[in-house]
Amino acid sequence: MKLLIKNGRVIDPASGINEERDVLIEKGKIAAVEKKGSISESSLDGAKIIDANGCVVAPGFIDMHVHFREPGFEYKETIESGAESAAAGGFTTVAVMPNTNPVNDVRSITEMIVSIAKAKAIVNILPIGAITKGLKGETLTEMADLKEAGAVAFSDDGMPVSSNEIMRRALEYSHMLDLPLIQHSEMKDLTAGGCMNESIVSTELGLGGMPREAEDIMVYRDISLLPRTKGRLHVAHISSGNSVELVRQAKAKGLPVTCEVAPHHFILTDECVRGYDTNTKMSPPLREQWDIDMIKEGLRDDTIDIIATDHAPHDTVDKEVEYAKACFGIVGLETALPLTMKLVDEGVLTLEKAVEKLTITPAKLFDLDKGTLKPGSVADVVIFDPEKAYKINAAEFKSKSKNTPFDGWDVKGQIVHTLVQGKIVYSNT
Amino acid sequence: MNPVVLNSQQISRAISRIAHEIVEKNSGCDNLALVGIRTRGVPFAKRLQAKIKSIENVTLQLGILDITLYRDDIQTGRSHPEIRSTEIPFPVEETKIVLCDDVLFTGRTIRAAIDELMDFGRPAGVQLATLIDRGHRELPIRPDYVGKNIPTSKSQLIKVRLNEEDGEDQVILVDAPQ
Amino acid sequence: MQYSQKHLLGIKGLSKEDILAVLNAADTFKVYTQRDIKKVPTLRGRTIINMFFEPSTRTRTSFEIAGKRMSADVINIAGSSSSVVKGETLVDTVKNLEAMNCDILIIRHGEAGAAELAARHLSNPVINAGDGYHEHPTQALLDLMTIREHKQELEGQKVTIVGDIAHSRVARSNIYAMKTLGMDVSVVGPPTMIPADMEKMGVKVFHNLEKGIKDADVIMMLRIQMERQNKTFFPTLREYSNLFGLNLQKLKKAKKDVLILHPGPVNRGIEISTDVIDGPHSVILNQVTNGVAIRMALMYLLLGLSDETVN
Repeated sequence: MKLLIKNGRVIDPASGINEERDVLIEKGKIAAVEKKGSISESSLDGAKIIDANGCVVAPGFIDMHVHFREPGFEYKETIESGAESAAAGGFTTVAVMPNTNPVNDVRSITEMIVSIAKAKAIVNILPIGAITKGLKGETLTEMADLKEAGAVAFSDDGMPVSSNEIMRRALEYSHMLDLPLIQHSEMKDLTAGGCMNESIVSTELGLGGMPREAEDIMVYRDISLLPRTKGRLHVAHISSGNSVELVRQAKAKGLPVTCEVAPHHFILTDECVRGYDTNTKMSPPLREQWDIDMIKEGLRDDTIDIIATDHAPHDTVDKEVEYAKACFGIVGLETALPLTMKLVDEGVLTLEKAVEKLTITPAKLFDLDKGTLKPGSVADVVIFDPEKAYKINAAEFKSKSKNTPFDGWDVKGQIVHTLVQGKIVYSNT
Repeated sequence: MNPVVLNSQQISRAISRIAHEIVEKNSGCDNLALVGIRTRGVPFAKRLQAKIKSIENVTLQLGILDITLYRDDIQTGRSHPEIRSTEIPFPVEETKIVLCDDVLFTGRTIRAAIDELMDFGRPAGVQLATLIDRGHRELPIRPDYVGKNIPTSKSQLIKVRLNEEDGEDQVILVDAPQ
Repeated sequence: MQYSQKHLLGIKGLSKEDILAVLNAADTFKVYTQRDIKKVPTLRGRTIINMFFEPSTRTRTSFEIAGKRMSADVINIAGSSSSVVKGETLVDTVKNLEAMNCDILIIRHGEAGAAELAARHLSNPVINAGDGYHEHPTQALLDLMTIREHKQELEGQKVTIVGDIAHSRVARSNIYAMKTLGMDVSVVGPPTMIPADMEKMGVKVFHNLEKGIKDADVIMMLRIQMERQNKTFFPTLREYSNLFGLNLQKLKKAKKDVLILHPGPVNRGIEISTDVIDGPHSVILNQVTNGVAIRMALMYLLLGLSDETVN
């Protein structure tokens, strides 16, 4: 089965292509990326043709930070529904965090996730194993076993590794396996009882504060451990301006640290919390304009390597409650492109750079053989209309959960088709 | 032009007559007190008090009722009149009280006023004086003293304007706008 | 002057006119509360639900008396948040009350924003009787009423609030109200009890009691929560009391006719000495009296407005 995507603007940062090209897909792989019109349709006898006129054709997006809640919290999201949400957002590969119930801290759970994904998921699902048993921060998991079962990284996301000793050993041990640790950086003793950024807004609302120093201190500690341990550190969802600076300095010293930012952290400030909408409650919390400015600077100079959504589905049961009692997090897969397009509109990133941070860069950081349209690569492709304006409608999300503060926002940038291994898994028509 | 139903002189004469009637009916001023209902019942009562003083050389006790909290239409969806204080500076118990109001219409205000008065004690009797009786009673209430009976349609408004509140003495009949 | 809001969820967002409308009405209601027969029939047949998820004697009783004096049926629900433990959410509880046609919901809750959450699910008025560390608007209104009674004017008065500002909804509501009315507000407490960016609320911050109360017209002492000691906000009650407790000696720094307010309940000898509590400057019991009048006024003002007349 052949498929031709013609008339689109191909953006493939890995091969430096950013121009109108036609893409030929054959047997689930990219067969050719040629000058527009140079692949003769008559030679393709019966090939399916997608006219991508006015659209961008790019490698499928890769999100290294999602929560699909299976096993344990299937009422919020399953691997199947999460994968559909991913496809609708243009993502062809997502890495699922281990804070399920039971936690993905043993081979059998990793294998279960892989097998459910194989049976039901329409995009590629990559498991992330836990750093410590039960995310308790006490005992290392059998990382080698987890790796063999398919884990691409380790993280105790949501329950940061607070013990200095355990973090040191985890970095040393994961170095042996050549896999990165993803740290949710938060000194929990500084954020205890908190549910939003500590600022004039938390003061006025009477909500417990989560100061940015809680993030900064752990980022600094983890970076400090890198030279001795030689481990690779990936800082999850960076939100503090100071932490961006810490990562920048560490990179300047050549230390193996990378980081990601979630769209809400470069768009929203803690001012949104006024009114107690629990869809503004996330961890790390929404911070201040200064932090956003620092994050944008970090995106510009590549201190911040990639964009990841921290897709955190929650049912209304977990959100339609008192602010302090609500669960942290929002869904993000289906709003990632239009929110990232705002960075492009503001001139923070070029469109090519934005695509890079959603494709080839995460692939490189996590050693994935993905994220490019080079001939011979697997045909994971996204086709999107960067100019298409519309209103975000959470009710239409493919995700089981609709918890987003962006419902009703006027945005532009819409996914038209998503292809995994040459097969169309999502079409917005 | 809205028809003037009472001019300044006619108001004065009506009050004068009512004062005489009150004294006559009660055989003097013993145990008698006046209570004006806010807003324009208050100057009306004060004028009666002055007139009775000139007739009998007795200054009757004077009280003021704000019946807002005793109304039966409090939740009809309009915003509230500002409530002002009720002042009854004498014992109500065993006193004959003449309630004074400018216009008697449905009788609901008087019902509220009687209710409030009762919360101050058990009067020997309650009488009612009104400057204008415009009819359309919705409760079995009748005045003891009337300045003038004016037949009206329900949609019309009677506007009593008194010097103390409005800078002039006049009663006019207004056709309410649709 | 009219109260323009559908609810009373907080002082923030109220205009000067809204605040004065309540204070003026309360002045009149206070006269009613001093009669022999204190009950008026205004809210006959109306149902007021007093839902307290936190223990409170004073505020709950004050609302209950206010409602009963207006002839409303007042129902107390002691929500020990136990129903929440059993699985019923606040929203479900509120929807049930809505289904039972409650005319006013009064809610006290341990979490900030709870009153706003309730109001989103109730078509009738909600009065916030204290939500977490957020607001306690009726307390601020009764405090202002008390200050106005004694000082006549509110504008320009110099007020100092002393104590655990960070964990005080009373302080927040008062600061909003006082700033709206053009009063001069200072706060005093150890830095551990002053929340982030406090100055942005338009108040002066002091860590020294004598400096903070210098020339004050009004001093508001906040209750110190004994149970908070172990959270390292201050080392010992003894040291707190030495530094921030108000006594006659320290009181000399304030104006001669200074008023002492306290939202209660008072820890005698800790944040405030007994001779100050019972002394001539204290108006603590006037606050309690005025609380009933303020709450009657609010019930009257809230039930008088239909949806169409509220923006």
